[in-house]
Amino acid sequence: MAEFTLRLRRYDPESGDAPYWDEHKVDLEPHRSVLEGILQAKAETDGSIGIRCSCRAAICGSCGVKINGKAGLACHTHLDAALRSSKDGVIEVEPMGNMPVIKDLIVDMDAVHWKKIQRVTPWLLAKEPVPEREYIVPRESMVDVTQTMACIQCGACVSDCLSMEVDPLFIGPAALAKAYRFAGDPRDAQHHERLEDLAEDPHGMYDCTHCFKCIEACPKGVAPMNQIMRLRRKAGHDGINDRNNGNRHERAFVTLVKQGGLLHEAELLPRSLGGDSWFGKFAPPAGLELLDSLPVITRAVLRGKVKPMVALKPHKLAKPDLKQVQRIFDHVDNEEQPYELNLYFGTDEDNAEIPPEPAAETVAPGSEGSSL
Amino acid sequence: MKVAYWPGCVSRGFTPELHGSMAKVAPLLDIDLVPLDRACCSGAGVIAEHSQELADTLNARTFALAQKEIANGADLMMNICSTCQGAQSECQQRLDASADYRAHVNETLAPEGLAYEAGIANKNFLWVLVEEIGLDKLTSLVRRPLTDLRVGPFYGCYIVRPTDRLDISHEQPRDTYLGLVIEALGGTVVDYAGSHKCCGFPIITMNKAASLTQAGRHMGDAKDAEADCVVTPCPLCHLNLDLQQPLAERQVGRTLDMPVLHLPQLVGLALGLSPKELGLQRHVVKPTAVIDWTTSVVGSVGGVAGGKVAAASGASGGSGGGW
Repeated sequence: MAEFTLRLRRYDPESGDAPYWDEHKVDLEPHRSVLEGILQAKAETDGSIGIRCSCRAAICGSCGVKINGKAGLACHTHLDAALRSSKDGVIEVEPMGNMPVIKDLIVDMDAVHWKKIQRVTPWLLAKEPVPEREYIVPRESMVDVTQTMACIQCGACVSDCLSMEVDPLFIGPAALAKAYRFAGDPRDAQHHERLEDLAEDPHGMYDCTHCFKCIEACPKGVAPMNQIMRLRRKAGHDGINDRNNGNRHERAFVTLVKQGGLLHEAELLPRSLGGDSWFGKFAPPAGLELLDSLPVITRAVLRGKVKPMVALKPHKLAKPDLKQVQRIFDHVDNEEQPYELNLYFGTDEDNAEIPPEPAAETVAPGSEGSSL
Repeated sequence: MKVAYWPGCVSRGFTPELHGSMAKVAPLLDIDLVPLDRACCSGAGVIAEHSQELADTLNARTFALAQKEIANGADLMMNICSTCQGAQSECQQRLDASADYRAHVNETLAPEGLAYEAGIANKNFLWVLVEEIGLDKLTSLVRRPLTDLRVGPFYGCYIVRPTDRLDISHEQPRDTYLGLVIEALGGTVVDYAGSHKCCGFPIITMNKAASLTQAGRHMGDAKDAEADCVVTPCPLCHLNLDLQQPLAERQVGRTLDMPVLHLPQLVGLALGLSPKELGLQRHVVKPTAVIDWTTSVVGSVGGVAGGKVAAASGASGGSGGGW
């Protein structure tokens, strides 16, 4: 047994008081969970502590909280690990972020998380005609959506999403991962409509900043950000030219790197807005953006940050190297089926068969004696 | 030490002062830079968005070029861009995980006689400072300690997450290295909410308001915590935090005036280089507080002994003349 101190964020809206912190000492074995610590404090010192929990085995997704500033399941975090990540030797537990607090550690999942899940039509829109018995689908295509199906709806990714922090309307990681579950399902009839809907939404799939917070928060390895990138890849292959410049930005980036080997930043912005060609910068949306950014451009030029020559003349790889790079672009783009490795299904090491124990007979006679 | 050096694109385009300051600082740290000028853009996660295999193959080519330099005596591959670190680590994780996949990618590289062998060491300058050079050595090289300079770290997402891919652990706390370096250089680390958050740059063309709100809020938090400047190992963060700061100010409705330094610039200042040599005059936000500090009593004395005496006598930075 060991003593741990928990610092809990408390809030009771009915009291009219502001949120506050209080500390509780608990006595438990270090491998016990933070949830068990909270429940001990609740049982022994303060019965009014509010926390939602059920299975205590990381499968029901009820006990999502922030531990030392990072979202996760209280039942899935050992006390000793939580102590190691604490700033001052006290384990800090607070309600998840990006959602309103109902009481203490309980947040309103309906107001944010479930609303966003509903937003993405989280059910199968089946292909017609519906077969008399089951749909037969290839194994690989179901394996492809398995990762998103591992989600237990705990809301940890929603809590830590940095894009949602500044744009509460962002559909968010959990719902977008759920969207891929159907956009990637071969039985679903409306892939294109789903992708178009999420691409055209100003707070949709292109609102993600690649900050990896959701990957880090997820206790189940769903890696929501990776699913968002797959949605974008699919939308691109479907030729969806969204109004948020999402796909144009991607195409402009890829084209510019293919043309020069290095990124020509000065061209990226106008092309993302105006269209993926040299003429893109003369399109009206690019012009409007230019006007909006004029104060920045003027200052950058005056301060000597951006030399007009650098902005106009792209840096490029030397010709032989550029040719090599372009050959790789063409080669991969012309492949019938790109090789998309997903580490969710393990590495060579994970998937290696356990080598059989060397048989006793193989030991050369005498070697045993000499080693002794 | 000798490194196969990958500067990235932005450090030679819109933030030339980053590449320039690295070149100035390297000899002082006894780092021999062998530039990988045949390598191409890491893709910054955007090429992977288009095609994962394309991004992996392009970076495998970069790694193969670096491995040639390593065979010729370089110790490892070094980058100066958080985003390159993250994008390249992501590709490396996949390439290293499967021999089958590696063979497939190497087949694409074969016509030019290149091949990637699993397990390259590719480290950002920040990691090189702490893990290869060492904080004690770094402190011993300081000629103008950053006494009384309050510096807020700003990491950039790609160099702190996901922790398993970047080998960040309790034993190897790479997500605290900026603070350790600031301290080793004699500065004061400012703790503020935004240090490990996203600068917003990746969505500047998709959702400008959200992007600038992120930049504006983090710089505002640093200002509220009374930072003189922030320092970042990521040139893309620098674009949103410095170049776009006037627009971020407009977005969040407050004056920020927060100078943003590249990591090699901060190191260079402490090693005795002048702000001009490090290209500080090229930033959009005038680093007045930092310049004032270099011209203050503490800064102008130069030698270690002098700096320490001045610091002990309680001279404070930020009081020098205009610049």
